[in-house]
Amino acid sequence: MSDHKTMTLTLIVWRQKNASDPGKFETYTAKNITEHHSFLEMLDCVNEDLILEGREPIVFDHDCREGICGMCSQVINGAPHGGQVRTTVCQLHMRKFKDGDTIYIEPWRARAFPIIKDLIVDRSALDTIIQAGGYTSCHTGGVADGNAILIPKPVADEAMDAAECIGCGACVAGCPNGAAMLFTGAKVSQLALLPQGKTEAAARVTAMTKAMAECGFGNCTNHYECQAACPKGINVKFIARMNREFLKAQFA
Amino acid sequence: MQLLSSSIGRKIVMAITGLLMILFVVVHLIGNTTIFGWISGGINAYAHHLHAFPPLVWAFRAFMLAAVSIHIWYGIQLTIENRGGRSQPYAVKATQKATFASENMIWTGLLLLCFIIYHLLHFTMKVVPGMALVPDAEGAINVFTMVVSSFQNFFVAFIYVAAMVTLFLHLSHGIQSFFQTMGWSTDRTLPVYVKAGTLVALVLFLGYVAVPLSIFAGILKG
Repeated sequence: MSDHKTMTLTLIVWRQKNASDPGKFETYTAKNITEHHSFLEMLDCVNEDLILEGREPIVFDHDCREGICGMCSQVINGAPHGGQVRTTVCQLHMRKFKDGDTIYIEPWRARAFPIIKDLIVDRSALDTIIQAGGYTSCHTGGVADGNAILIPKPVADEAMDAAECIGCGACVAGCPNGAAMLFTGAKVSQLALLPQGKTEAAARVTAMTKAMAECGFGNCTNHYECQAACPKGINVKFIARMNREFLKAQFA
Repeated sequence: MQLLSSSIGRKIVMAITGLLMILFVVVHLIGNTTIFGWISGGINAYAHHLHAFPPLVWAFRAFMLAAVSIHIWYGIQLTIENRGGRSQPYAVKATQKATFASENMIWTGLLLLCFIIYHLLHFTMKVVPGMALVPDAEGAINVFTMVVSSFQNFFVAFIYVAAMVTLFLHLSHGIQSFFQTMGWSTDRTLPVYVKAGTLVALVLFLGYVAVPLSIFAGILKG
């Protein structure tokens, strides 16, 4: 590692003590950063310096650091997860930045996501949407034969594409209206596509879209910023599918 | 009713009323082109036949008024609801897919409302000054003379062209939005709808501005 050049970056980071604190930007310097650091590792370095100086470290969400858990949630230079295609913040690497860059780091900003501290927001509104209908009701008992219900491969694939959603909330953060249409669309679609989920499809889309509005999420105006922000590349076709399911439910 | 209590349902209503207006705008343009004289009697004959049965004219006007009103009402409501959907703006604005048209639907829409009111005062109620109103033997206004005399004025021609730019912006986002909101789009078809919608909006724009521009340029003369 010693043969690599290091970078020095200026970070302008949103600091906020709690939900009621108005919050403000503070400027930090990230030193001795190599291109191999992930974005979160870069923040770890900054936090180590802050701790040594006896200052409060920057608080941010993270967990698996391999792009599959959906915990990391930062808006970097205006783009959720930093704007690299299909990449979560933890998989964003410092090689995407240049020595001397200034980087703005902000939390997800949405009415339905109150800030807990600094870069951590409360995303439990997404859980509320899932609780409203993001499941199938089935009897427990003997394990069903895995191939008892045949599902065509293209259908299974499409359901899997929707199920790729890791629930990080980048779609909400990227949406100018703070809408959770892509999240809810993906969850409605992954179940509505499969035979096990079709039974409750009408009740599900009705309940989940209702919960979505009650949680304070905005409405869709078809900007498609959500798809651009999604680290899993969830397509807005699942919003169209949800709209279709919603329309069908009116006649159910 | 569940349909109207959900924003998805209200948007479906907006999509359907929007489609009605798009169809109106297409037929209106076909009617306008009669000013170039491709039917016998030109635009005067077209206007005469169009208004031949007043009850139908009024029924249609009431229908369009309802469609336009519902579309505007829900458009304003959705815009107000979406204000503050993002708790506060980001320090850096970095939209990746949103366009000028998609971000300004409420404003292009309200500008079009202003234009529609002006347009009705102009050619339907005929109360805007500065145009020649020449009645024929039966008392019907000569539409061709009225239109030509209006568009010889730079400001009137300018207002109409500017309004059609606004219409282009509104429809370039609106047409593809129709398919997405109705749930009729997929990852394969949506890019086609985006391109086709913009193309249709462009054709409508060119068709509509052809009339004031050809009159202002002196190609169509009274």
